[in-house]
Amino acid sequence: MIFDLTGEQEMIQHMTRDFAERHLKPAAEELDRTKAFPFENLKRLAQLGLMGMNISTDYGGSEVGVVAYSIVITEIGKACAATGVTTSVTNMVAEVIQEFATDAIKKEHLPKICDGTYPAGSFALTEPSAGSDAASIRATAVRDGNGYRINGTKTMITSGEHSGVTVVWAVTDKSARKGKGISAFVVERGREGFKVGKNEEKLGQRASTTNELIFEDCWVPDENLLGKEGDGFKIAMMELDGGRIGIGSLALGIGLAAIDYATDYAKNREQFGRSISNFQAIQWMIADTYTELEAARFLVLRAAYLKENGRKFTKEASMAKVFASEAARRATIRSVQMLGGYGYTKDYPVERFLRDVIVTTLYEGTSEVQRMVIAREILRGG
Amino acid sequence: MDIIVCIKRVPETAEADLVIDASKKAIDTDGLVFSINEWDNYAVEAAIQLKESVGGTITVISVGPEENNEVLRRALAMGADEALRLTDPAFEGSDAYAMAKILAAAVKDIPHDLILTGVQADDDGFGAVGVALAQMLGLPYAALVTDIQLDGETLTVHRELEGGLEEVDTLKLPALLTIQTGINEPRYVSIMGIRRVARKEIGVKGAGDLGLSEEAVGAKGSLSRIEELFFPPVGEGAEIIEGTMDEKTEALVKILKERGGIA
Repeated sequence: MIFDLTGEQEMIQHMTRDFAERHLKPAAEELDRTKAFPFENLKRLAQLGLMGMNISTDYGGSEVGVVAYSIVITEIGKACAATGVTTSVTNMVAEVIQEFATDAIKKEHLPKICDGTYPAGSFALTEPSAGSDAASIRATAVRDGNGYRINGTKTMITSGEHSGVTVVWAVTDKSARKGKGISAFVVERGREGFKVGKNEEKLGQRASTTNELIFEDCWVPDENLLGKEGDGFKIAMMELDGGRIGIGSLALGIGLAAIDYATDYAKNREQFGRSISNFQAIQWMIADTYTELEAARFLVLRAAYLKENGRKFTKEASMAKVFASEAARRATIRSVQMLGGYGYTKDYPVERFLRDVIVTTLYEGTSEVQRMVIAREILRGG
Repeated sequence: MDIIVCIKRVPETAEADLVIDASKKAIDTDGLVFSINEWDNYAVEAAIQLKESVGGTITVISVGPEENNEVLRRALAMGADEALRLTDPAFEGSDAYAMAKILAAAVKDIPHDLILTGVQADDDGFGAVGVALAQMLGLPYAALVTDIQLDGETLTVHRELEGGLEEVDTLKLPALLTIQTGINEPRYVSIMGIRRVARKEIGVKGAGDLGLSEEAVGAKGSLSRIEELFFPPVGEGAEIIEGTMDEKTEALVKILKERGGIA
């Protein structure tokens, strides 16, 4: 059993850390305050090969594997969570297109995702009345000529307004059993009938936009269909499994950023005549947090390893996601506690880490959905 | 133009809590993160920019154990063509002079029009290897270089001097320059670059391959040796600035201005 990264993975980790510390970390506070979308840094990440990490070099990807993807998202997450989630989702959009799209669509869009021509990509699954119960979506796609006409409203769509391409799920067969009549489509930015609604005012990860998307008789040609008609739910599940590795990796990064900061603070903060790191109360918070995050790291990397090697990883990805996001949430709460009143102010970054981490137990499947998936897989004998 | 860049792998010490080891002559490097010496990174970038404008090859050389392959491979991923690692138990304990001898022996076998080094190393900070190497090779050199212009066989370089002075020199190739930080903006290696060089062979040479006797290198071949390493005692008269962050910043800026630290 080998716990070491490969030389290549280590180089990618160093490169990303180096870039993130110089360009992403210094920008994070202002991005949180202004909600400005990090166009320039996303473009630079693409140029470094970080937007198509599991995309074939034939389409401009860097084809470097899922473990490397996980490491990269953790490093970006340590520096700027909003940039991290955008990178994570954009990579997954590229993966889904590579896996299920027609050649023409792949050739058209994958190079533009990989080289940063598109600032981001997005997934439009969630609707106002279909969150955790994704199979209950109501958006429809009706055959019309050599294509489909999409109608419906999507909500909470990460990077919706800045995406070059959006994968949209809609019901194509209303008479089919629940989950069976759904199909997925690639919808390009600017298509007639595709409108961007509000950008949510959020607690954290504020520079990542979270949009309402409205489809009003939005027509797409046949070639924009992903897979076959009715494959939509399967595609969504595949995306979510992979996406959970990304979100677990991101949460890990946020948790590490918080506890690294708080530990450094504790070493230098004096009360009662000595460094507060001498107190067992602080030491136990440090010990527990690093232990939990280390466990999270191994769960995340193992899920990534399984996926990279073409093995089943649904259960492991859910375990990694729920554990990493909850461990990271505990890490940020303890970090605020370690800084005391200062931790509650915007003079220090730990309150931002706390706000940024909360959504990691919500999106890409809530913690409750992860537990549902894990239990289902176990009870099924998986 | 064929360029050789000499690079060093050093521990990152700027923000680390350093511990002096039992010998009292070195720091304990356990747990420290190592990377390419900052000055050398600028030297690699300078070489790549020259290659991009006039063509040629870049060879990067580093003295040290297998771990040094990390910094060599990083330089390859940035755009260097060949990498060479010099390693031998006999090299242990070399000072800047002995180190320059090792490098001189290696570069003699490699065609070169220009040799670049960093001004100094993050860890030892002697700032001597580059200029000693130039002397041994009989090359014209310029230290603390902040700008390079190439016109045929002539280099025009800017050097950073004390008190904000800048000097302009011309040198005939072949020459050696020691590169100052800030001369350029070193590129990040891309994943594509990392993948391109993942399996590239890194050459290795020892004392014997370089025709160096054991007496010529290491502690025996050195002119200086480290006697002791210690943290300076905490001085008197430190002024602690109190107040809110804004007040502290304002007070600090005022002091720095008064004492000529900033304009």
